[in-house]
Amino acid sequence: MSEQATPNDKPMPALTGLHGQFYAWCRDRELRFQRCTRCGRHRHVPREICAHCSSMEWEWSRSSGRGTVFTWTEVVRALHPAFGAATPYAPVVVEMEEGVRLLSRVVDCPPDALQIGMPVEVDFQQISDGLTLPVFRRAAVAP
Amino acid sequence: MFKDKACIVGVGETPFCRKPGSGLSEMGIQLKAAVAALEDAGLKAAQIDGILPFPNVGKAEAFAASLGCENLRFAATLHMGGAAPVGSLRMAAMAVTSGAADYVMVPGGWNGYSGARVRETAATDVNSIPGGEIARDFYMPFGLTAPPQWYALMARRHMHEYGTTAEQFGAVALAMRKHAQLNPAALMHGKPLTMDDYLASPMIASPYRLLDCCVETDGAAAFIVTTVERARDLRQKPVYIMGAAAGQPYPADEITNRADFHRTGLTNAAPEAFRIAGVTPADADFAQIYDCFTFEVIQQLEEAGFCKRGEGGAFVENGGIELGGRLPVNTHGGLLSQAHVLGIAHVVEAVRQLRGEAGARQVADAEIGVVTGWGDFGDGSIAVLRR
Repeated sequence: MSEQATPNDKPMPALTGLHGQFYAWCRDRELRFQRCTRCGRHRHVPREICAHCSSMEWEWSRSSGRGTVFTWTEVVRALHPAFGAATPYAPVVVEMEEGVRLLSRVVDCPPDALQIGMPVEVDFQQISDGLTLPVFRRAAVAP
Repeated sequence: MFKDKACIVGVGETPFCRKPGSGLSEMGIQLKAAVAALEDAGLKAAQIDGILPFPNVGKAEAFAASLGCENLRFAATLHMGGAAPVGSLRMAAMAVTSGAADYVMVPGGWNGYSGARVRETAATDVNSIPGGEIARDFYMPFGLTAPPQWYALMARRHMHEYGTTAEQFGAVALAMRKHAQLNPAALMHGKPLTMDDYLASPMIASPYRLLDCCVETDGAAAFIVTTVERARDLRQKPVYIMGAAAGQPYPADEITNRADFHRTGLTNAAPEAFRIAGVTPADADFAQIYDCFTFEVIQQLEEAGFCKRGEGGAFVENGGIELGGRLPVNTHGGLLSQAHVLGIAHVVEAVRQLRGEAGARQVADAEIGVVTGWGDFGDGSIAVLRR
């Protein structure tokens, strides 16, 4: 289930270029990372070229959606006015099975219950008609 | 190479203040510091032919026009955030020893308290930092909006991997505050701090409490670099630049995808600087370490080679970085307890120590000192100086 949020004055990504393509997949409820079609490595954030093999050939490869909590911070005092009502909240770095990491939130876990290594899986949070953010939920420990 | 061929010949600072603010524009306060540095050196503004301003707070052309530098021929800004001043110190040494300029001014300052609050604006202007568009598109929508939050991600990971503790962060805050009691110019002079005070301070972005964060300040500072030959005619005893280097983490514009999460710009820059200088970290009599937040001191002590990675927490405990300890750090009180003027004051303090002008906080017989910078997601710079 996705959480419906109303549009607000929180900072929004620019939905253009490669960054916009990443979010376009999220709007379709798919988490995809660039994958180099020459050397096979995934990358995030989006870039024009593979930093390992210099290939400019790549595809949007669908992620398993599974990862673990790598690190986080609990924001108790908002340092941006748009997040004042949201505190406390925790930006979390998730390390994905594909090896890339991304900054997100674990929406069903209070900050004081977060643990490094905690398994999580992707979900999507629609912010507006044009923007859906990839977020995470706690997952069962992988078998 | 510039080893021992370039030196710092002038330093200047304004008073540091919070309420009610400096009463000057950001350019005005920096010009005040620049004039103080010229006076200290015994130089005329017209002799300055190189200016390396801090990013986003002033342009070389405006400094030159305001001060009367009619022969500006070397102007650049390093986009390394708080690593820029020491990176600019290195660039100034390269410039004067290559002949690109004769006298290079490095100014910096801001109305960091009464003007635009850095805590609220740091990532809102995508042009303010090299990773600005990435922060806008991949960090800010999730509420990661400001420097203490960026670096808290690193601090948390360090605590997890090495068992670094809140009390060890607190030891950094206490050491800086203790030094500030010996520095009448420090904002926190007359305001001593205990570990209980530290632990009771409100959480901002865990693991960072309020007292892990530096003090937003109105103020400015500046220093001037020239060759050893030119320094002979000037007012002050020169402080020699033995070695200096700068570096970037990888990737530098994005925090989360670093294969080695603790490798910062300093990791590579420090060995280069010490190699050029021909000394080791153990030879340093003091270090002025860029202390935007407490953990950054622990991390830089490790990455600069003062101790091994993971041992920084133990290094700062039990007075280890206080005056009289194994390595006095931030003898002026640092960004945490003196003032946050973008790291320039760390260079000024190193010069004062090496001139023997540090008064009650003087490191006895200080001969060699280290100064670092840190900024923009972990860029690093370092200089090894001697009297």
